Amino acid sequence: MSEYVDQDSPGGSVGLVEKKFFTFAAPPHPLIVESGLSIGPVTLAYETYGALSPQKDNAVLVLHALTGDSHAAGYYDASDPKPGWWDSMIGPGKGIDTGALFVICANVLGGCMGSTGPASINPATGAPYGLEFPVVTIGDMVAAQKALVDHLGIPGLLAVVGGSMGGMQVLEWSVRYPDMVRGAVSLASTTKHSALAIAFNEVARQAIMADPNWRNGDYYSHPEKPDTGLAVARMIGHITYLSDEAMRAKFDRRLQNRCDISFNFEADFQVESYLRHQGKKFVDRFDANSFLYVTKAADYFNLENAHGGGSAVSAFAKAKCAYLVVSFTSDWLYPTYQSKAMVQAMKKNGLDVSFVEIKADWGHDAFLLQNPRLSAILSRFLQRMLTAARGDPMETDRA
Amino acid sequence: MRYDLQIIASWITPGARVLDLGCGAGDLLSHLIREKGIAGSGIEIDEAKVAEGLTRGLSVVHGDINEEVRDYPDQAFDDVILSQTLQQVYDPARLIREMLRVGRRGIVSFPNFAHYGVRAQLFFRGQAPVSRELPYQWHDTPNIRVIAIKDFRRFCKASGFTILRETAIRTPHHQETGRVSAFLPNLLATYGIFLLGRTAPPHP
Repeated sequence: MSEYVDQDSPGGSVGLVEKKFFTFAAPPHPLIVESGLSIGPVTLAYETYGALSPQKDNAVLVLHALTGDSHAAGYYDASDPKPGWWDSMIGPGKGIDTGALFVICANVLGGCMGSTGPASINPATGAPYGLEFPVVTIGDMVAAQKALVDHLGIPGLLAVVGGSMGGMQVLEWSVRYPDMVRGAVSLASTTKHSALAIAFNEVARQAIMADPNWRNGDYYSHPEKPDTGLAVARMIGHITYLSDEAMRAKFDRRLQNRCDISFNFEADFQVESYLRHQGKKFVDRFDANSFLYVTKAADYFNLENAHGGGSAVSAFAKAKCAYLVVSFTSDWLYPTYQSKAMVQAMKKNGLDVSFVEIKADWGHDAFLLQNPRLSAILSRFLQRMLTAARGDPMETDRA
Repeated sequence: MRYDLQIIASWITPGARVLDLGCGAGDLLSHLIREKGIAGSGIEIDEAKVAEGLTRGLSVVHGDINEEVRDYPDQAFDDVILSQTLQQVYDPARLIREMLRVGRRGIVSFPNFAHYGVRAQLFFRGQAPVSRELPYQWHDTPNIRVIAIKDFRRFCKASGFTILRETAIRTPHHQETGRVSAFLPNLLATYGIFLLGRTAPPHP
């Protein structure tokens, strides 16, 4: 997903927020991950917005995408230039209304924004894990989030909500812990990566691993980090988050700070300059090894294999929640056919499912951009879940 | 609510599981949930209408009814509604068979093309009829067929659908009020509404 999006949005801000930490799985009870390896202790960085109701029935878990973090909304400090990555959606009166809901967002296992990942210190060696860190899966990320939700004393989630890789975690939650999820919202996501999506991730990983400063993942003690490789990896990602239309509208063939082409290898075109800028900005906040691990987790994700013996219908047979699935017309990373395939499997199980393909020109990034239609749909879905949770009779609005 | 939808609503039993094919913004489903406590879902092809239905708290799937109806398990619903959409369906027999697979009963309504007003336009003016119920010119219509009540009865018989109930209505002034047209329905009614069931297996 792209850099934080700045835009004015209706509704209020959650205001100042604080990053918190939860540590579990300390030896001798480490977290056994899907590969069979173990890791412990595990720390998750997380934030919460809004207030948990006395009945503890209004908790919404927001799951972030590839390079997101726990900072989904609000500001750490009044001087922060930008709010959290989904501030347009989370806040009082917004799509995820913190006036009524208790929102939790945690950095994924394997990440680098406060949760345990390859850049964390391995207690066994006293040095960063690097490639000693076990390869983790979307299922492992969700298992860690489950420990956090348990720690917060929340018996069940009103909803799990996420886009892109966050959507994968939503789907995993819904079939792994069916009794804990009332509503599941998957935005611009998939039950498994296409060859196309894996291909882009592999090129991005190769860019990092080809950087001599990567040093087989053991670069933490060196002053030079694999910044060039990570920046190129980010540039590749950015291409997949946009679309032909979006790039034409945003850049076309316009030149950057010049009247004519340079006949050298500077960034002649605005699109080149934009990608270089995004790449450079990214290396300041992200760890190259984390990028390898998290993209691998997304590539390995295969809901039907993990939960349905190869069948999506069998996988969703485990689910009990109501689903809201949303795709975007110009998203070619997780195209609409992938959302439709999961909707089909949900319907075959007689589950309560809603689906809409929203027309949007901005490619995969559309799920992060402010969209009044998406906010209204999400808001009403969550309201319906809350009504159902509180046992009120079914209600709908008059025409 | 439109009078034809009021008739359809009167046929739905409280608490039923209902699928509305081409549910639009969900007027009928909202009404049925509110008044009859049904568990309802809809299918709609227009994104804006889907969004409107979702923001009214309904479960709606965005897509083509002919394709989307196939994904539901057998007998997932009590009633499956096809309201004023039959004239746009490419293969009506196939769609109605699917309706009666996923539901116990099917409800089908359509504008009656044999209404005397329609007949008169063709007869006296020699032009393709344009009526309030079928308000399109020949060149800009989404409809690919026109249906007479009489034709539909014959079609049901030939296709093996049992007509459990049939009501023809007239909506003379506006669409919200009307009356049942029992006398010469094929000539006098503006709409036909049919409750269909599967043909019982033949007795040995």
